[in-house]
Parts: sequence; structure tokens; C-alpha cells
Amino acid sequence: MHNTRYVVIFVTVLTVVVALLLSLLATGLQPIHQRNEAIYNKKAVLAAIESSLNQEAANMSEDQVQSIFDEDIQQVVVDYRGNIIEGVRSEDVDMAKERKKPVEQRQFPVYIYEGESGDKIYIVSVRGSGLWDEIWGNIALQSDFNTIAGASFDHKGETPGLGAEIKDNPKFSEQFEGKELYDGDTYTSVDVVKNGARGPHEVDGISGATITGNGVADMLEQGIQYYEPYFETIKKSN
Amino acid sequence: MAETTVKKPEVKEREPLFGPKEKRLITDPLNDNNPITVQVLGICSALAVTTLVYPSVVMSIAVVFVIAFSSLFTSLLRKSIPKQVRMIVQLVIIATLVTVVELVLKALNYEVYKQLSVFIGLIITNCIVMGRLEAFSMANKPWRSFLDGIGNGLGYGAILIIVAVFRELFGKGTLFAGSPLAWQIIGPSSEYMLDTTSISWLGWYQNNNLMVLSAAAMFVIGLLIWAHRSWNPKLVDVS
Repeated sequence: MHNTRYVVIFVTVLTVVVALLLSLLATGLQPIHQRNEAIYNKKAVLAAIESSLNQEAANMSEDQVQSIFDEDIQQVVVDYRGNIIEGVRSEDVDMAKERKKPVEQRQFPVYIYEGESGDKIYIVSVRGSGLWDEIWGNIALQSDFNTIAGASFDHKGETPGLGAEIKDNPKFSEQFEGKELYDGDTYTSVDVVKNGARGPHEVDGISGATITGNGVADMLEQGIQYYEPYFETIKKSN
Repeated sequence: MAETTVKKPEVKEREPLFGPKEKRLITDPLNDNNPITVQVLGICSALAVTTLVYPSVVMSIAVVFVIAFSSLFTSLLRKSIPKQVRMIVQLVIIATLVTVVELVLKALNYEVYKQLSVFIGLIITNCIVMGRLEAFSMANKPWRSFLDGIGNGLGYGAILIIVAVFRELFGKGTLFAGSPLAWQIIGPSSEYMLDTTSISWLGWYQNNNLMVLSAAAMFVIGLLIWAHRSWNPKLVDVS
């Protein structure tokens, strides 16, 4: 048996050594982590407009992603009234933090993609709750602000093979292409349903992932609505 | 003249670096003393990560790394670790290595990191790691402990991958989904190698959603234990 003094010294030294080692590693790798994260988030935005880019976002190189962002994408941040907030880039908005603020103080990022055809596509970010943790997505809208041009989803901790399919299975997000947000003049959003989707306001859910599916539907219904005032101002200015 | 027997200086035979004993350290956990099917340890993560093969492979590599190096470090420190706090010290070593794995994976492959992050953190709670530290590294030399760690990590990983192959193939009809190697084996569209809509005698086949749930992992592991025991006579209880 070692005496208490030895135990205390041993544990203290061990803790200090380990803490030093880990913090060195963490700070050393931080620039790489941040760059990886930024590219990952940008790829998620591009994944929503894959059909317009004619290329899978997942297979793009870092440079490709960056060049699309530099050349074809305009970043606009708006508030809940639809006014543009100056001096902020969409890619710097942390949706997880925004979600915790009251709506009046939130910043809503918009990415405006203008391809070779000249048609603008508006990509908005939404965030909600899945079964275990947060889920989020980027929804691309045609310039009529009604037709969905594409969508991409991600999640923090949904079950692999079930809820995680919203991200892993491209067939789920592909369904959103061409769906419509408005039924006439009323905002209906797009619902995730069981037993076969019909019409322009429904997509098929994933079997075994009902709660994640409901989470996606709620997230879309609430999340896109925050952007309505902004869309109205653009419609008026046209 | 009295013959004096000159005592030969005792040449201590050097133990080979990788002799039969060392080999057993690696092969034993793969078969006769498998951590999952024989010792029934590490079941929780085996149930959780095995829905897909690719994450299971990454998970196995991470676990091999963590067990091997935590065994090595524990063994190096084994004489100076105070007995009263040995478990806490072992946990600190394991947790440090797991954090290292997490940070490095985050820098090397962010997408896999995203896919696995929760499970990587949970290696800390994997009973196999601590079991080996307590049972082996605290009483053995560093090199052997290191090999024992690798062996047990591989034994765990092998079962993980076998279970994941079953679950992914019968649950989703794919293999290695999510990786660049993705194969689509069987399913109801022309993208799959075996298209159940065009091969008439396969029309009845549907991917079994139960296989995606953790309950299926329990069945598969149960069947594996059964198969393993009937195949390996050493494992049959004589009592």
C-alpha cells in the first residue's frame, strides 16, 4: 500500500500531464478541425442544390466547394422581419445558438445561388428536434419561393439505419425536389407521411423512424416560415 | 589435481520477441477466449454500432488502438500506480486515448467522425478495455500487454464486423454503405446487384427492418455464440 501523500502526488502529476497533452493536441489540431467543419457545412448547403450543380456535393474537393462559394453564392443574413442584417456572413451564423435565442433576436442565413442559367435559387437553413437530438437541414427554393429545388438534412444523434437515413439515404431528401410550400395562398409546408405520399405537400417517411420524420416535418413548417417576410420583400421589389 | 568445476556463467536464454506465448496472446482472444462470444463483454457497443459495416470497421480500429495503448501505458506504470486508485488511473489513461482518437479522427476524416462521434466517446465505457487492464496489464510486462491488447481488440472487432455484415446485408441489402466502397447487394431496384423486382423467384424477398434495430444484434450475437460453441469443443462446459 502506498501512503496517502504518494497517491495525491501521483494523481496530481498524472492529471497535469494528461491535461497538458490533450490541450496541446486540441489546440494544435484546432485550425484543421475548423476548416473541416466549415467545408462540411458548406457541402451541406451545396447538397441542397445538387440537381442544379449536376454534381454530388459529397464528392467535391475542398477547392471546388470554396470556388462555388466564392463565385456563385451570395450570402445574406436576415432577421425575423425580413430586414437584411449587414456585416454578417451566412456561413458564420451558428444555427444551434440562434435556435436558443428569442425569435426577435435570431439571425437567419440565406444563400443565394445564381447558376449559369441566371435563375436564382434561395437556400435557407432550418433546425429542429429529431428523436434523440437536434436535426437540421438546408432547403433550396426556386425564385417563386414555393417550389422546393432540393434539400439536405443532417442530425446529431439519430439512430443509424433508422432516423439517420434522413442524411444517409439520398432517396429521402431527393423526394423534396419539386414539392410545394403553398396550397394556393395558404402556407402548408411539406409533411412527412406514412402509407404513401400523395400530392405536392407530402413525402414518404422512413419506416422505423416516425419521430424523426415528424421532426423533419415540424422543422420545415416552422423553419421556412421565419423566412416568409424576407421572401415577401423580394417579391415586392421584383 | 582436483578438478574444479568452473561454474559456467548462467546464460539466461533471451525470450523471443514474438514466440509462441506471444502468438497465443493474439490468437486466443480471436477464438478460445473471445471477449464477446466467450466472455460476453462489450455487448452494449456491439449492439449499438453494428447496423452498418463501415462504422463498425472504424470502431474496431479505434478500439484496437485504445486497448493496445492503454494496456501498454498501464503496464509501464504498473509498479508505480497506487493500488487504492488504480481503477481511476486506468480510466484516466483510457479516456485520454479515446480523446486522442476523437481529435485525430476529427482532423483526418470529418465525415466519419460525424457518423461515429457518440460511439467513439463510448469506448471509455467498453468493459473489455478495463477488463484487460485489470486482468492482464497490471501484472504483465509492457510488450506482452500491448500484444494482449491488440489481440482482444481484434477479437472484439472481428465479431463486430461479422454481426454488422449480417445486419447490413439483411437489413439494408448493402455492404460498406457510407464509404467509398459501398456495395448494393440486394433490393427492389435496378441499382442493386440482385434486383428483387426483375428476378422473379426472388420477388418474395424484402429487406428485414428488424435487422436494423438493436434487438436483431442480440439475436445475431446469440446465434454466433451458439455456433462458436458447437464448433469449438474447448468451449463446451463439461461440468
